[in-house]
Amino acid sequence: MHSNAYTYRFVIIVTGLAAFLLALASTGLKDRQDFNRLLDTKKNVLKSVGEYESVMTPQAVEEAYTQFISEKFLDDTGKITDTDVGLSLFEYRKDGKVEGYILPVSGKGLWSTIKGFFAVGTDRNTVLGITFYEHGETPGLGGEIEKDWFTSQFAGKKIFTSKNDLVSITIAKGKSTIVDEYHVDGVSGATLTTKGVNDFLLRDLKKYEKFLTRSVQG
Amino acid sequence: MANKSLPIFTDPLNQNNPITKQVLGVCSALAVTVKLDTAVVMTLALVFVLVLSNMIISALRNYIPSKIRIIVMLTVIASLVILADQVLKAFLFDISKQLSVFVGLIITNCIVMGRAEAFAMQNDVKSSALDGLGNGLGYGIILILVSTFREILGSGSFFGLKVVPQFMYDLGYVNNGLMLLAPGAFIVLGLIIWVQRTIIGYRED
Repeated sequence: MHSNAYTYRFVIIVTGLAAFLLALASTGLKDRQDFNRLLDTKKNVLKSVGEYESVMTPQAVEEAYTQFISEKFLDDTGKITDTDVGLSLFEYRKDGKVEGYILPVSGKGLWSTIKGFFAVGTDRNTVLGITFYEHGETPGLGGEIEKDWFTSQFAGKKIFTSKNDLVSITIAKGKSTIVDEYHVDGVSGATLTTKGVNDFLLRDLKKYEKFLTRSVQG
Repeated sequence: MANKSLPIFTDPLNQNNPITKQVLGVCSALAVTVKLDTAVVMTLALVFVLVLSNMIISALRNYIPSKIRIIVMLTVIASLVILADQVLKAFLFDISKQLSVFVGLIITNCIVMGRAEAFAMQNDVKSSALDGLGNGLGYGIILILVSTFREILGSGSFFGLKVVPQFMYDLGYVNNGLMLLAPGAFIVLGLIIWVQRTIIGYRED
């Protein structure tokens, strides 16, 4: 039988060693992890405007990102600036010409916070694409939102009505009965996930409303 | 010596398989078997944790105060799991994203704790390492079997490569969505347990 003093000493040594090792691993690997996380974000920014292919190497992703994307901000009136004054967004350029804008969107699904990118064209109305890159929804149900069959429906849809009301895109329950520019098919069995996406998509687009309406008014 | 230690390694592969015989570690076996690559990485992570935790616990077995042995085991296992998770995040980011919480949940995998308490506390380091390797691979075999069925039937692919030809889809073949969900895993795993127990002639009392 070991004495209490021995037990305490043993615990302190074991936990101390474990803590030291983990701290070492965490600091040692941090750079690579941050790099991966950033790369994954860049990949998804590119994906939202259709400039990403699954065979791309990390270098190719970096190159494409610097070629097509520039990080910008919005001032209070919704004008694009280079200085960090508020909302961030990405400008999508091709051959030196602005082709669209990418807005970060995020909010609650059923189980988790979903993060994604929402790309609109230069008319600030037509959707170029959408991606969801971080979520913890049920695989096969809510998790389907990250799949191509779902996200590809968004391209070409509109977020403003003809009366210039910001309506966002609504995901239907299952197959959409309304076939127009503002609705896409949902995932059957994932009502709460899609409801969450509907809510935060509208909410986050509203945050950018000043910017989005600037061009609609001319 | 070789004759004595070989069964320690081979037993858990078949006769005493942790999943099919002892029905341990089923939670993760259901969760990460939608695709083969996640199943393989999960297996590697579990083998890593299990072998090292068995070795460390076995090396410490005469020094661990028995009153707090479970907590000490947990500390060792949890540290190893976090280490594995960190390494995956650094080097296999995409797969670690798909595995999400399940690498972290190796901490609660009954196989790891079970082997530490039932084997490593009584045996020397070398046997414990073999026992860990055997159990880890025994778990892995089942994971890979289940995910082979699930990926082929559920996504029509094998390691991400399409194996169901396009003309089958043109003729109206549809991937079985049930296979992607947990019930599909239950069914496949249940069938595998049935077949394996029939082969080894095991019967529960």
